Amino acid sequence: MKEHFKIKKGLDIPLAGEAPLKDLPDISTDKYAILPQDFRLLSPRLLVKEGDDILAGEPIIQNKLNENIFITSPISGKVTAIIRGEKRILKQIIITPNSSQEYKIFNIPNTLDRDNIIKLLLESGLWVNIKQRPYGIIANPSDMPKAIYISAFDSSPLAPDPDYLIKDEEESFQKGIDIIKNLTSGPIYLNISSSRNKSDFYKSIKNIELHDFEGPHPVGNVSVQISKISPINKGDIYWYLYPQDVIFIGRLFQNGKLDLHKKIVLTGSELTERGYITTLPGMSMQALLSNRLKQNNVRVISGNVLTGTNAGLDGFLSYYDNQITVIPEGYYYDFFGWVAPKFTKYSPSRMIMNWLIRSKKKKYVLDTNMHGEERPFVLSDQYDKYFPFDIYPVYLLKAILSENIEQMENLGIYEIVEEDFALPEYVCVSKINLQEIVRKGLDLMIKETT
Amino acid sequence: MNWVRSFLDKIKPNFEKGGKLYFLHSTFEAFEVFFFVPNKVTEKGSHIRDYVDLKRLMTHVLIALAPIVLFGMFNVGLQHFRLQLGLDIDAWGQVVKEIGFWRIFWYGFLRILPIIVVSYVSGLAVEFTSAQIRHHQVNEGFLVTGMLIALIVPPTIPLWMLAIATIFAVIFGKEVFGGTGMNFLNPALLTRAFLFFAYPASMTGDAIWVASKGLDVISGPTPLALAAQNQFAQAPSLLTMSLGFIPGSIGETSKILIILAAIYLIFTGVANLRVMISALIGAAAMGIIFNLWGANEYMQIPFYYHFFIGGFLFGAVFMATDPVTSAQTPTGKIYYGLLIGIFCMLIRVINPAYPEGAMLSILLMNVFAPLIDHLVVQQNINRRKKRALLSQTIKS
Repeated sequence: MKEHFKIKKGLDIPLAGEAPLKDLPDISTDKYAILPQDFRLLSPRLLVKEGDDILAGEPIIQNKLNENIFITSPISGKVTAIIRGEKRILKQIIITPNSSQEYKIFNIPNTLDRDNIIKLLLESGLWVNIKQRPYGIIANPSDMPKAIYISAFDSSPLAPDPDYLIKDEEESFQKGIDIIKNLTSGPIYLNISSSRNKSDFYKSIKNIELHDFEGPHPVGNVSVQISKISPINKGDIYWYLYPQDVIFIGRLFQNGKLDLHKKIVLTGSELTERGYITTLPGMSMQALLSNRLKQNNVRVISGNVLTGTNAGLDGFLSYYDNQITVIPEGYYYDFFGWVAPKFTKYSPSRMIMNWLIRSKKKKYVLDTNMHGEERPFVLSDQYDKYFPFDIYPVYLLKAILSENIEQMENLGIYEIVEEDFALPEYVCVSKINLQEIVRKGLDLMIKETT
Repeated sequence: MNWVRSFLDKIKPNFEKGGKLYFLHSTFEAFEVFFFVPNKVTEKGSHIRDYVDLKRLMTHVLIALAPIVLFGMFNVGLQHFRLQLGLDIDAWGQVVKEIGFWRIFWYGFLRILPIIVVSYVSGLAVEFTSAQIRHHQVNEGFLVTGMLIALIVPPTIPLWMLAIATIFAVIFGKEVFGGTGMNFLNPALLTRAFLFFAYPASMTGDAIWVASKGLDVISGPTPLALAAQNQFAQAPSLLTMSLGFIPGSIGETSKILIILAAIYLIFTGVANLRVMISALIGAAAMGIIFNLWGANEYMQIPFYYHFFIGGFLFGAVFMATDPVTSAQTPTGKIYYGLLIGIFCMLIRVINPAYPEGAMLSILLMNVFAPLIDHLVVQQNINRRKKRALLSQTIKS
């Protein structure tokens, strides 16, 4: 049954700052935040006000566009601040936790049919962990997906060890699989990578179809896996989630609690101490990092260096992320930097001289400098090496820029999301923000087609 | 380097909005980013970016061109003194012995330098002005174009003609379409085409290929011209032609240096291998067909000789691979290259009016590249539609 897929195109950036497989001591903080902007395209209705006491699992935000979808609190405590940005955009809901976590208890329905399961997932707020392709947005409960995809590994730079994240959670994971099995008429594709998933965790898991993917990043991206197993056609809907989400669902149906505790990894060259830590989404960066920084001129990223969000030291861990990366900021002028040979710097191309002395094991500290200025598209073939799809990236990007919906459909917009353009964006000689363009295209498609 | 930085920081306010010299802000920025890669950090998308930018890319093309330029200077001097001594084309060794290397080079240097300067100054003047008018940044594209223009004109080109042609090509070949990245014709070749059709007397014939002011003997036919006149038997040896000690456009003569440059460009990932190889294959295939046909003396010239005469090799390496004006899709690049090779040979051998086919074939394919791409992309679209149809029929 198990099929092997090998991807050749892509790149593993040898970024310094990998975390060892060790647990860091738990930390407590007086500040968690719910960040409505993590849940893309949501038109939020705030259900709490400052001073309210809430339990873990109680709703905080309702989606005005689909009133069945709620975002619930991962933590029990008191709402202490509601922070809005420009045009009163809801930015942060700050919650000060109780001394001990208290859960709202959900009634587990006696008959676990599709409707009951969806109802409980919606009510508990766990629904937002199920996303859909095309577009990479929160799934619509009234759809019936052709299949559900689970990418069991992350191939992005400094990604957490996929087995370590879910160690000893087999029971909840199997429970979660059994639950989501009811959500689709098709199979659950669970995609591992034998060079990355070394443990036996998935050996005993039932109700799934296991596939094996090898190759460089972006092999862990769901888009790549879908494109190999069952390419998306117009009108197809697939749902996808990640192993930790399955575990949350399992826990909910085991004990009726919304328990979002998960392992996350602290990575990056600018940390004095790296490792894994168990926490909740919305944890404050200050608490996680303040005594672990090498210096202050750093970028604190929730997620990885290619697709993460710039949280800042006063920010919070985003809802979906299980990684924090800290790299140096790049505020410096580089004297004749465009012509200097740069023996000691990393580039995947041979246009800097580093290839002369590069060893495979060497890891490099990369900073946030743009290393140049934005220019029009000039090179036509540089993205191809890092883009393992049967899609012409530049043509798709140009269709998006000209807002040509039909052409975007023709050229494969349903098959990709912005993260698939992260590597091309990294290597782009013209320094164009490709992920932003792709996101705009996806948003436009959503607006025009629904 | 701090004093450069502090000087730039000191004068910067003058060029910012509201400053006295705001009308020169594009110029200032161009010089500022020439000295320093800016301190700008990533704001959206990927937090890290590669060290390679367009400037570095263009620099690599210039590095690849440098030996060709130096050799071109030497060769211009060599051809001059060879005619002066009344020696045969293969007798370059004797010329060097009698005149001396540095004297030959110095003569060529003095002939070529003005051409390079005029090409850059006139082209960059247009680039800076249009960047200023549009409040854009000055793009790097012309750094390479300027050098290429100098390398594909005859050494005797009057400088005013060169200036007019360059200005024409940059304005109408590039800026009217939106500048670097938006043009569909290679601006360097457009310059040459403009000269070729507007001032044919200065671009064709035997007299122009050797810089020979004040001499009685002014004849210096290129091997290509000999071939076109069915006198290829008088052509220099293959060794002389591949080394490049022959009359011709400044940069096109040394085939060995061009091949080395091609290897460098492919190794660094600057130029596209597909285009080069398929252009060679196209030309070879057409050459073999002509060999088999053999209707006249020109057709009987062994096909591989065509790589060593004229500007085909230079065109295939530096002009056809221009990423902006070549086909954009990997498959399209193959067709594009093949057709360049085929058309170059057709124009050379079949059309008696134009001895050199490289320029016209590449320009022709520049025009057709979007069509080739359209067909290739359409295949991709059809594949996708077919797949969707197939999955629907399986369902129902």
